[in-house]
Amino acid sequence: MQRIGVFVCWCGSNIAATVDVAAVAEAAKLEPAVAFATDYQYMCSESGQSMIKDAVKEHNLTGIVIASCSPRMHETTFRKTAQAAGLNPYMVEIANLREQCSWVHKNKEEATEKAIVLMRTAVAKLTLNQPLIAGESSVTKRALVIGGGIAGIQTALDIADAGYEVDIVEKKPTIGGKMAQLDKTFPTLDCAACILTPKMVDVATNDKITIYSYSEVEEVKGFVGNFTAKIRRKARYVDEELCTGCGACTEKCPSKKNPNEFNMGLDNRTAIYIPFAQAVPKVPVIDAKNCIKFKTGKCGLCATVCPSNAIKYDQEDTFVEENYGAIVVATGFNPIKLDEFGELGYGQIPDVITSLEYERLMNAAGPTKGHVLRPSDGKKPKKIVFVQCVGSRGQSCREKGYCSKICCMYTAKHAILTKDHYPEMDVDVFYIDVRTPGKNYDEFYRRAVEEYDVNYIKGQVGKIYEENGKVMVQGSDMLGNKQLTVEADLVVLATAIEPDETARSIGTMLTASMDTNDFFTEAHAKLRPVESPTAGIYLSGVCQGPKDVPETVSQAGAAASKVIGLLAKDKLVGNPCVAGSNPLLCNGCGQCANVCPYGAISYVEEEVRGPGVREVRRYAVVNEAVCQGCGACTVTCPSGAMDLKGFTNRQIMAEVDAICK
Amino acid sequence: MTYSYYPGCTLKTKAKDLDLYARKSAEALGVTLEEIEEWQCCGGVYPQAKDEIATKLSSVRTLNSAKEKGQDLITVCSACHHVLKRVNNDMKTDEDICLRANNYLQLDEEYKGETNVIHYLEMLRDVVGFDKIKEKVVNPLTGKKIAAYYGCLLLRPSSEMMFDNAENPTIIEEFIKAIGGTPVVYPFRNECCGGYITLEDKELASKNSNKVLASAEGKGAEMVITACPLCMYNLQNNGTEHDLPVVYFTEILAEALGVK
Repeated sequence: MQRIGVFVCWCGSNIAATVDVAAVAEAAKLEPAVAFATDYQYMCSESGQSMIKDAVKEHNLTGIVIASCSPRMHETTFRKTAQAAGLNPYMVEIANLREQCSWVHKNKEEATEKAIVLMRTAVAKLTLNQPLIAGESSVTKRALVIGGGIAGIQTALDIADAGYEVDIVEKKPTIGGKMAQLDKTFPTLDCAACILTPKMVDVATNDKITIYSYSEVEEVKGFVGNFTAKIRRKARYVDEELCTGCGACTEKCPSKKNPNEFNMGLDNRTAIYIPFAQAVPKVPVIDAKNCIKFKTGKCGLCATVCPSNAIKYDQEDTFVEENYGAIVVATGFNPIKLDEFGELGYGQIPDVITSLEYERLMNAAGPTKGHVLRPSDGKKPKKIVFVQCVGSRGQSCREKGYCSKICCMYTAKHAILTKDHYPEMDVDVFYIDVRTPGKNYDEFYRRAVEEYDVNYIKGQVGKIYEENGKVMVQGSDMLGNKQLTVEADLVVLATAIEPDETARSIGTMLTASMDTNDFFTEAHAKLRPVESPTAGIYLSGVCQGPKDVPETVSQAGAAASKVIGLLAKDKLVGNPCVAGSNPLLCNGCGQCANVCPYGAISYVEEEVRGPGVREVRRYAVVNEAVCQGCGACTVTCPSGAMDLKGFTNRQIMAEVDAICK
Repeated sequence: MTYSYYPGCTLKTKAKDLDLYARKSAEALGVTLEEIEEWQCCGGVYPQAKDEIATKLSSVRTLNSAKEKGQDLITVCSACHHVLKRVNNDMKTDEDICLRANNYLQLDEEYKGETNVIHYLEMLRDVVGFDKIKEKVVNPLTGKKIAAYYGCLLLRPSSEMMFDNAENPTIIEEFIKAIGGTPVVYPFRNECCGGYITLEDKELASKNSNKVLASAEGKGAEMVITACPLCMYNLQNNGTEHDLPVVYFTEILAEALGVK
């Protein structure tokens, strides 16, 4: 028979104001298994915990029930207390009298009645608790970073700085991501390339970091500390080892009319190309769809001019398998497609462009060498209209419900830079709200309005159309309470951002949860913002939610510090509340393995010999290191063979009985 | 190809041409339109109030008549089409409205949105086919620059009307090509003419109608076609700054087919 102690917490007035805590303690004393019961103002305080420890010794308790707040809050605290008192930490049960009782009820009498039932339920469960011992697993001291934008770069550099090996897997031919495409960065207006490309070089020269560019993660197996990833290295048809990056091939390539992705399709590139001058690795890639050699078999000019014989037309995709202790998701974002926004004329009116295209137009290395020239006729516009919140903060299915967060600041930046280069140009900005919190951010926006005379119009744009060679922008001016039609030469749409299209499949591969917008979910919105709820998976950058560069870099560093904390450990203590199958009851039907989200269940066959019995039996076996204790298998098992330690079927039934008594 | 046909009140009074040429053309194209017996007004305006069913009942009666005959329902007036299609959608998707309408009507069999509501233009595109129409044209409108005016009722809300891309519709342009004309694409083809506001604020309706006509004229249109009697009224009576002729699309169809 167990000797159980029940400790009822007041939580100041949080519980005590609605629940008669003394009555709960008195009721506990009537339970047969309860040897001691008391109430106290703050159980989690130092003195509360001492009280528990003393009572365990004095009354020779075998387990304790804490009737307090949610187990999410203090279960770990009280397990440690139990351990300090010489008990097994899993001989602790929490009755949630706060979130599930006092906070949701008003009537003290009823709340007390419910609190007593909750206490009894915990006692009933604890009566059947068994001491559990957590297993240990090793940690592979190597991290995988998926995505090589500024988020991935910063995370990798910080992890490498602590002395651990890091691999970056980037699907594009070069690392650098979206930041490499930006012109200047707010609010200080330093050039993006000047602050990013040195970091890219640091990554390339760091002997702890391996870059797998033009590569994608195909498969991930394992669990925290022990992941295995299969990486597909897509054929770039150029040998990375032999290539010197001289660029002779790109100069001679006769297929020159292919839209240049790096410049947002505003100019063309050759079929063999290096995305931009500071690309890392500086190794070209052949775009086989547009390469004459691949299309017709004739050409091969690049191979002829290559001084180091690096062109390999017969290259095929290869695979790398590597073990990792931690995985960081840094998959970033893309501007949304504007196909559903027909009223704004993007794609039909050449002089309606997106903000990222405008970045390239302003960039000295861009298609116009940094001169703002409109795409239709290459002329300098006299009037530019910026439209904010295109696809952000909307309620219809084509729009995103969230604020893309970066657009107010980059639009202010575009406006300032435009007026700085061309003071004679007229600049209007349509906005819903200007949201510029952040260090030196609002000051920056005010400079646009006050010093640069940018005309901010509060209102949304309903239609953009062409008339007499002008781009007409029809919108509302809510402060002036009127409809406006503005004649512009160039219109720039601040397009909403969304997670990269690969995020969903990567999330599935990693069993990392995502929200309805495909942003990765953090383990705790406030207190664990860079960790996924799946152990060993960390989040860096916009894959978790919209962010600007400074915020991304901070978060990337935070993710790195969490990874370093994990890799610094030699052993990981597992969760002992895992599933286990009883081979005598299991009939090997296979249903549990089907529902297991972690792939923790396999089957073995064993010959059974007994009096008059000789047969081969198939039954389920759980890999305890992989099992996360979700319990899906236990409720699926038709023969009751599967059980979850700490939450056994008998314990759950005992709880139900206690509630129904 | 036999369909239930719902003309609507305006087509029996002010917009007789829309109705007349729709029937003549259909006949020429081998489509039989059977006018629903004892039809009532569609309601005129789609009622937005969620708790009001009385104004939807007449539409449900029409929809049910088509169902009883086992036929798809063809409409031609934009406003009637808008109301019938949306009420039908309510009967299909809104359990509360469906239940209350049926409770009131006490039909032999409950009506749950079974009827397929098709606009005449959709029939031309999907049933007859623009290619077939091209073959049957005897008086092609060659060289005629025609501006399609969609207005709002045919297109919006696009999730319910599912007529065409509400921002860049093409169906009437395709129709114009089929009868040999040259479609003029202009930015205001899917903007409101002013609608019923003409009763309250003639100036506003006039502003809107003139904007539409100016936009079409600016792109070189010689004629504007529409499917909506209310648009026709506004463009003709309130769009006074422009002399662009406005006709029903059925009229030029009949002309092209040689049945006018």
